Amino acid sequence: MAAGTEKTLKIALAGNPNSGKSTLFNILTGLNQKIGNFPGVTVDKKSGFAKIKNIAVEFIDFPGSYSLNALSEDEKVLPDVLHDKNNSVHPYVVLYVADATNIRRSLFLCTQIMDTGIPVILVLNMIDLLEKSDEAIDVAKLAEELGIKIFAVTARDAKGIEELKLALIEPLELPKKKILSEETNEPDKAKKQRTETIQRYKAIGEILKKTVAKKESGVGSSVTKKIDDILTHRIYGFLIFFAVLFLVFQSIFSWSAYPMELIEQLFSAGEEFLLNHLPAGMLTKLLVNGILAGISGVVVFIPQIALLFAFIGILEDTGYMARVSFITDRLLRKFGLNGRSVIPLISGVACAVPAIMATRTIPNWKERIITIMVTPLMSCSARLPVYTLLISLVVPSEKVFGFLNLQGVILMALYMIGFIAAILTALLMKFIIKARERSFFIMELPVYRAPRWSSVGLGIIEKVKVFVFEAGKVIVAISIVLWVLSSHAPGDRFQKIEEQFRSPEFSQHHTPEELDKLIATEKLEQSYAGIMGHFMEPAIRPLGFDWKIGIALVTSFAAREVFVGTMATIYSVGDENNTMSIREKMQAEINPETGEKRYSTAVAFSLMIFYAFAMQCMSTIAIVYSETKSWKWPLLQFAYMSFLAYFSALMVYQLMK
Amino acid sequence: MKLSELKPGQTAIIKDFSDDDLSLRFLEMGCVPGEEILLERIAPLGDPIAIRVSGYSLCLRFSEAESILISTTENK
Repeated sequence: MAAGTEKTLKIALAGNPNSGKSTLFNILTGLNQKIGNFPGVTVDKKSGFAKIKNIAVEFIDFPGSYSLNALSEDEKVLPDVLHDKNNSVHPYVVLYVADATNIRRSLFLCTQIMDTGIPVILVLNMIDLLEKSDEAIDVAKLAEELGIKIFAVTARDAKGIEELKLALIEPLELPKKKILSEETNEPDKAKKQRTETIQRYKAIGEILKKTVAKKESGVGSSVTKKIDDILTHRIYGFLIFFAVLFLVFQSIFSWSAYPMELIEQLFSAGEEFLLNHLPAGMLTKLLVNGILAGISGVVVFIPQIALLFAFIGILEDTGYMARVSFITDRLLRKFGLNGRSVIPLISGVACAVPAIMATRTIPNWKERIITIMVTPLMSCSARLPVYTLLISLVVPSEKVFGFLNLQGVILMALYMIGFIAAILTALLMKFIIKARERSFFIMELPVYRAPRWSSVGLGIIEKVKVFVFEAGKVIVAISIVLWVLSSHAPGDRFQKIEEQFRSPEFSQHHTPEELDKLIATEKLEQSYAGIMGHFMEPAIRPLGFDWKIGIALVTSFAAREVFVGTMATIYSVGDENNTMSIREKMQAEINPETGEKRYSTAVAFSLMIFYAFAMQCMSTIAIVYSETKSWKWPLLQFAYMSFLAYFSALMVYQLMK
Repeated sequence: MKLSELKPGQTAIIKDFSDDDLSLRFLEMGCVPGEEILLERIAPLGDPIAIRVSGYSLCLRFSEAESILISTTENK
């Protein structure tokens, strides 16, 4: 392919947000898409490849914007690429997608691009909606006035696409004339941009006067207005919003549980199969317990990501998401958040990984970073097994106020603590993080439309791909490291353990199963993770933790629920799902220094608070890295959350002991 | 008069802007002087607001609306 790439025609897709640009991109390229970065910046670039009559074409989807006078990093990409002929994605032609029902504003950016001297083909999208509206566009006349080719299409049902494709490979003429012919002689750049904007709109107005006519029959936007009357109503609006949130939460919290369980079963069956059929040895163990377990840890997130993005795709595509921002902005702005932060925060109660991916819809950089930084404080489902184990250990199952179960009240309180910590941290970060751009809320409220299922589907595929290939790499790497730490020991320690336990004095008194458990426990304690646990003990003793908990802190960096499994191994309980017996063993554990129970109420609460705040999740770190495209943010997040966890746990233990 | 003083359902003509940074963004979005706007609705918590301009709905914060100077037209 390398030889052919030079001949590939590069075609840029540009247009306003909500113009249907992405839908057209999907139709033109199908599943043949690739996600990367624009050269030199951290803005996502979607490219798609197609063949039109044997000519290879690469479509490049540029971020939606309203003008070439860029403000944000996303919007800057288009002018930068257009002005730089040597840029590797400098296009041969710009395919400008315009919402036909919004022609005046659409033509603003369109004519700006034309005036840079690059060939432009105008795609008038949503022509079906225009036909229903109170306006009519004389397309032929408009093409003549602008001096470019125009195609009227309806991207959602692929109407008019074939002609458009053929036109793309025909020889193109350069723009004949400039829409804004004379340069403004104004030394002040900002003033010049303002003057030119007014003049450009004037010029567009003149063109539209000749080409757009008012119709009598149109319905205008009355449907959208009626829907808005309900969806932004001060009572129904919020009720519907909470219902939507509940549905989203339910789907990722409980519906995704079935496919996730299936994936885990498939992987453990596969792991067992490989262990039994491959020659025993180090490589097999690495493959099965390190790599395969890591891949399983990646794949298991796919159902949650797919479900969340199915909902987000629908909410975005219908235009509802913009209304969510509209009704919640006032409240969330105070905390440095955005209306669109609500979906990530609520999703964070199920899992921070898809939740952080959902922050893409937040247009303001600072608000998005704050949302990413605080979302992992929301109590995710991986904390639940840790909480239930520890609560059952120290909180009696008794009624308070006659009807509330005390255990349930404590669990509820832990969720509340996570939420409050997230909100307060957001507030703090609002004052610390510097804004890259001024926070605007000047945003279009698009008309309501039925969702385009193909875009929703492609959106899901795209998100899953990003997660698997970008965050997945980091997750597999960390999981191999953790596997090495917990299953290897310096020198011949493991060999000695085997020899010791296989000796007759042990095998006489224990069944083979018991022996296996005892060996597993001893090995974990002697492993590198065990050494780290011992090493950490002085630092975590003030929190009430011993080196055994230290081991669990190391291993559960993979995911919080691993804490329970590690406890099972440490206390020689074979089946980690048997919470009952883990609990009994932990309850019986005596602190040799005090002679009292190791897991006192103070220790259990200190641990719970620690897990409420600590960034014990490699997948979250991986996704924050892939979403912010920098190690700075995940490391900062890890640092502040560990700090918060350590000191909160310290306080809880010292006050309660 | 400022856009922030308009009531839902009222229309007005854009005259000028009092914030240079914001004004370019408004201009680009089609809010040019002389253009008629309609205050469509105010969000349930009192902020932001939605206006109809140039055939579409635009929402903006109250503080941003204060920077748009308008003159009212006849109301129906």
